[in-house]
Amino acid sequence: MARQIRIALRNCGVIDPERIEDYISRDGYMALATVLTELSPEAVIEILKKSGLRGRGGGGFPAGLKWEITRKVQADQKYVVCNADEGDPGAFMDRSILEGDPHAVLEAMTINGYCTGASKGLIYIRAEYPLAVERLKTAMKQSREMGLLGNNILQTGFNFDIDIRYGAGAFVCGEETALIHSMEGLRGEPTVKPPFPSVEGYLKKPTNVNNVETFANVPVIINKGWEWFASIGTEKSKGTKVFALAGKINNVGLVEVPMGTTLREVIYEIGGGIQGGKEFKAAQTGGPSGGCLTKKHLDTPIDYDNLIAAGSMMGSGGLIVMDEDDCMVAIAKFYLGFTVEESCGKCSPCRIGNKRLFELLEKITQGNGTMEDIDKLRNLSTVIKDTSLCGLGQSSPNPVLSTIENFIGEYHEHVKDKKCRSKVCKSMMQYLVVPEKCIGCTLCARNCPVNAISGERKQVHLIDQEKCIKCGACMEKCKFNAIIIN
Amino acid sequence: MAKIKLSEKKIQELKDVCKAFNNEKGELINVLHKAQSLFGYLPAELQEIIAKELNVSVAHVYGVVTFYSFFTMQPKGIHPVSICLGTACYVRGAEKVLEEFKRQLKIQVGETTPDGKFSLSCLRCVGACGLAPVVLVGEKVYGRVAPDGVADIIAEYNT
Repeated sequence: MARQIRIALRNCGVIDPERIEDYISRDGYMALATVLTELSPEAVIEILKKSGLRGRGGGGFPAGLKWEITRKVQADQKYVVCNADEGDPGAFMDRSILEGDPHAVLEAMTINGYCTGASKGLIYIRAEYPLAVERLKTAMKQSREMGLLGNNILQTGFNFDIDIRYGAGAFVCGEETALIHSMEGLRGEPTVKPPFPSVEGYLKKPTNVNNVETFANVPVIINKGWEWFASIGTEKSKGTKVFALAGKINNVGLVEVPMGTTLREVIYEIGGGIQGGKEFKAAQTGGPSGGCLTKKHLDTPIDYDNLIAAGSMMGSGGLIVMDEDDCMVAIAKFYLGFTVEESCGKCSPCRIGNKRLFELLEKITQGNGTMEDIDKLRNLSTVIKDTSLCGLGQSSPNPVLSTIENFIGEYHEHVKDKKCRSKVCKSMMQYLVVPEKCIGCTLCARNCPVNAISGERKQVHLIDQEKCIKCGACMEKCKFNAIIIN
Repeated sequence: MAKIKLSEKKIQELKDVCKAFNNEKGELINVLHKAQSLFGYLPAELQEIIAKELNVSVAHVYGVVTFYSFFTMQPKGIHPVSICLGTACYVRGAEKVLEEFKRQLKIQVGETTPDGKFSLSCLRCVGACGLAPVVLVGEKVYGRVAPDGVADIIAEYNT
């Protein structure tokens, strides 16, 4: 796949992740050696700042700046945290890096420890990723044995060790203050920033939190130089980004492309186009915090700022492709359902507001919505964005706002015509028997789970709309295409 | 909830787990992970013991248990069935697969069949989006599951 450049994924699938020798043979731990023996912490931070590397977890905060802030705070103990709580449904790049190249993360965390003055690193990882945990443990053991982790690393007198902490299934823990509380054994509820974790984090000590993919970029930047890294990408977004392509696309999986690649290139050239030759409708980036990109965005270069301008966000890099069969109102409802479940409940705009958004969307998808409801959705979304405490609430209405913005026609159809063009919203549909085609084989009636179909053998059958639960079993079973959706 | 009598031996095992983490309250989540893998679930009685060992209130432990979706206070079936409802799976029809499991097992999400064989739960993304829609039975992953493949999966465990 020609357009790809593999930086973060450079070793994934290339090396045996359980052999440190493989990693070393591909310049592994060379950056750490250079840093510890030739560079001052300030010099390393300067390289990172010049490289333009921004946080790959979603927010896009300049990594070098974060390291510098943590370095400048005076404290007897500091921590380095790797955020591997990949909770965004549809994203699996962090998992791939941890499973395919665990040493890259360990090396970068150690470099970060040297730069910020921390002697302890923690990897906060989802309990759902057991293989990644195993690989990390193996990698940590190997690097300790080779003197690349632990006390007196590479005989330079620098001490740094890493421990693993487990998540327990809470999306909000991807937010750094919530993550820190979770590591402390508490409910993973976020707190107001400032103080930022760089100043006051884990156990009230300065804590530098970076995402897996961000760390994976660091050793390469040191080895190849900031000039090289900064030459890739767009003006304000440097380097590459890994996307997890999923949904209605022919080639699913991870792709790593330079920042500034267009959606069209990703979907059609790398992703091989839409499944079944259907029509592209939208691509969701940024998961439940993001928005959808539509046909008009196909030629927009993807980077942090353009995505924000388009009403979405980079997020961790999930890219879910939708075609004409997906109902955008139902998609918005799907994401809100996720948010309602994952809201930690601490602040009311998020806890109550998102629930109300969900209810409004439910009303609309059931065919009971009014035009006023659409206005309510808009207003409430804005209030939630403006008043929520953390990133989860501040971004949770994005799927609603962006589907209203881009697919207002579909909302109107649901409300005014009581119609779902993608045939997803079941309440608005009726299953009907076409009398000319029905031969009375009784197959549908026998398969109906609620006995809603009546009719004698060799007679035209009838579906009782009162009883019908719209499961579609009859339509699937009918061999004569005699059942249609109205 | 009915009171459950935990055996002395199990209680000791649990105390040993707490001890292995130095009875440190900051290690609560790690303790709960171990406890759940030991007992399969985290009933109230178990939480009381952990609270005592780590010197925190039972409310604190309960607060943490109920906050995280990974922890459960209900015993799971011998073959826990989890259906991924992450975005990629949703777009590829995971909801229909879930409906089919509910219909065939005659249980709702979060419930266990009367014979204790199957329990049904939903989860958000196992990071196998390329195989969407994904179903997990225990640790085994089934990819690209269609509603008419559900019966075969259940049959595999019903012998």
